[in-house]
Amino acid sequence: MLLVAGLITGIIFGFLLQKSKVLRYDKQLGALIFEDFTIFKFMFSAISVAMVLLYAMHDLGWIHFHIKPTHLVANLLGGLIFGVGWALVGYCPGTSVGAVGEGRMDAFFGILGMLLGAALYAEAYPVFKGTLLSWFSFGKVTVPQLLGVNHWIVVAVMVAIMGVLCLWFEAMGK
Amino acid sequence: MKEFFNREEWSPYLAGGLAGVLLALSVLVTGKFLGASTSFVRVAGMLERLFWPQKVAQNAYFMKKAPVVEWQVVMVLGILVGALVSSRMSGDFRFTLVPPLWEERFGFTPLRRALVAFVGGCILLFGARLAGGCPSGHGISGVSQLALSSIVAMVGFVVGGVLVARALYAGRW
Repeated sequence: MLLVAGLITGIIFGFLLQKSKVLRYDKQLGALIFEDFTIFKFMFSAISVAMVLLYAMHDLGWIHFHIKPTHLVANLLGGLIFGVGWALVGYCPGTSVGAVGEGRMDAFFGILGMLLGAALYAEAYPVFKGTLLSWFSFGKVTVPQLLGVNHWIVVAVMVAIMGVLCLWFEAMGK
Repeated sequence: MKEFFNREEWSPYLAGGLAGVLLALSVLVTGKFLGASTSFVRVAGMLERLFWPQKVAQNAYFMKKAPVVEWQVVMVLGILVGALVSSRMSGDFRFTLVPPLWEERFGFTPLRRALVAFVGGCILLFGARLAGGCPSGHGISGVSQLALSSIVAMVGFVVGGVLVARALYAGRW
């Protein structure tokens, strides 16, 4: 049953990704060279809507959050490494699979590389566990918890920042 | 209605907003947050197990992220199906080896493109696992929950990506 739910969720997600063109190498690189911000428009819209809905449902006690643990060094260094690879392959893990779905065969080689990267990380993990992953480790922290303010204030500020960025993208015509 | 679903392009604001609703519904119904990079670990484990079952069974990371087909692996396969359906409906499906932007900069060089995609993919997934997620898991799901780890990782994704992309496409300005 859970697998069926996963398949349906993935099909809808892939449909939306394809319709907005964010699966394209040109859109992903376009954003990184500041020529076309489509992927950020998609992402900011998804985050804004999901953030409001998730926090509302969380306040009502309907759902549990799943916060990824904070290891500042690993989060930032891993993020930077991801960015380097992202600029080269031009797809992220989810969009690479979708890109193959719309016939972009270069993404297939990206996926093969990603599988190798995953296997290499599994080999490196025992070393990182006692080092990078334990440095500046603060557990499952959210920004409102860190600041000690009501979460709706942070939600409002985040939505405002992303909104202003999108207005700016539109003003530039990118 | 049919015309709308067959349309080649939807506004990224509309499609993104609907993806946000999809995430919220998924969490409400099944408790599952969108993400993708963990599935690459599980599939890599399944493939590696064919050759070195002992090694996979003893690896600490594969114990944490067991090489099994679960919700997210099926979800990621669903992305392929959804993109295929959408692109066939609009006539947007096209077999290509080299993206237009790449061709403009580096010419029609499919072999070089495949090699760079392979190396880039390898670096990217390694980084994603160290960071604890990708633009789906950290970017959309994590930032929506205002997780500190996700916001830090997202900054890393963009800074690393912009630096290398601007070097690759230097000369466009």
